[in-house]
Amino acid sequence: MQEAIINGLSGLAAGAVNLHWSNLVMMGIGLLLLYLGIKKGFEPLLLVPIGFGAILVNIPLAGLMDEHGFLRIIYDAGVLTELFPLLIFIGIGAMTDFGPVLENPYTFLLGAAGQFGIFITLLLALALGFEALDAVTIGIIGACDGPTVIYVASRYAPHLLGPVSVAAYSYMSLVPLLQPPIMKALTTEKERVIVMKAGKKSVSKTTKILFPIVITILGGLIAPMGLPLLGTIMLGNLMKESGAVARLTKAAENEIASVVTLLLGISIGATMSGPVFVQSKTLVILALGLAAICLDTVFGVLFGKLLCLITRGKVNPLIGAAGISAFPMSARVVQKEGSRYNRKNYLLMHAMGANAGGQIGSVMAAAVMLSVLSAMGII
Amino acid sequence: MDKLSFGLTMLIVGMGGTLATLTFMSLVMVLLKRLFPYKDDEEGK
Repeated sequence: MQEAIINGLSGLAAGAVNLHWSNLVMMGIGLLLLYLGIKKGFEPLLLVPIGFGAILVNIPLAGLMDEHGFLRIIYDAGVLTELFPLLIFIGIGAMTDFGPVLENPYTFLLGAAGQFGIFITLLLALALGFEALDAVTIGIIGACDGPTVIYVASRYAPHLLGPVSVAAYSYMSLVPLLQPPIMKALTTEKERVIVMKAGKKSVSKTTKILFPIVITILGGLIAPMGLPLLGTIMLGNLMKESGAVARLTKAAENEIASVVTLLLGISIGATMSGPVFVQSKTLVILALGLAAICLDTVFGVLFGKLLCLITRGKVNPLIGAAGISAFPMSARVVQKEGSRYNRKNYLLMHAMGANAGGQIGSVMAAAVMLSVLSAMGII
Repeated sequence: MDKLSFGLTMLIVGMGGTLATLTFMSLVMVLLKRLFPYKDDEEGK
């Protein structure tokens, strides 16, 4: 009897006894993510489920990521199959207004320049000894676009999904802190106060409807490996712009996006198991992710300066910072910084153009990258 | 292929491809706007 009681009590203590120090570290990180999401309001829709998922998966013996664990079932069904990021992309497409980039098509180029960080970071990761596909996955943090990062990671380096996703979402939420010093350092006082006039409305409804169709066909033909990403975001946008399927559009941007965001967040958190996550390699990945987003901003602003030079001072280089994607946060940062240097300046619409360009730019960069890798026989 | 060659190839072809594709797309957008110009009576539709 006494032995049975002791055995029973030891069963209750088994969880605590099996707790590894790395589990405690990850629970701490989970709590930090919850704090950032709840108290600071940084990407709460993702950081709260990710943080809680990280706590859940680090409680020993619960088996949530074992073969029949509920987190494993969600992860296998939606992340390994790449379904969740693609469903989110339909919602993003349904929420995004590409009007500003259509008003000023040149801002598309800022969206391209804002992807430089991906490729430089890829080089840095290779130099630090990462294998080709791991380096590609780390570089893609520079896309500043969560679903793109998750899509590439789950497909080509699932073992890095946790760190790259956490890096991507954490740094995206820190864009308001990361970008302003770079913007200030790379521009002159004279450039920062340039006033950009609001253009006349010039995009017809027909153009807005044709845009997602044409971009899908052209992008798909150029980089077919990225068509799932491009196709889903453009489908969402076509639904929005056509106005013909209001119910589907509403569902895509609300119910579907919300449910999938919850499942995706908790699945990412579930990859953050202490013994797997707490490695020196994770710190290197986090550092490279930070470099990627900073480099994106650097090249975006430098390209903005080039446009300023070409147009003889008609383009405020600050809008280049919005080319990094991180939609729509970086456009808001540009507006805030622009008005800080010149109260009469209203850069939001121009920055939204660069930002929407960055959204497509990040998808196209991933698509081009995957197609090049495919042609090289690496994937 | 060694890592440096791979990285440089990705940088040149990948970034070059992205820039070229988006430049092409921006030209297509200009073309779309010319083919289907905005009419003032679209306001409020």
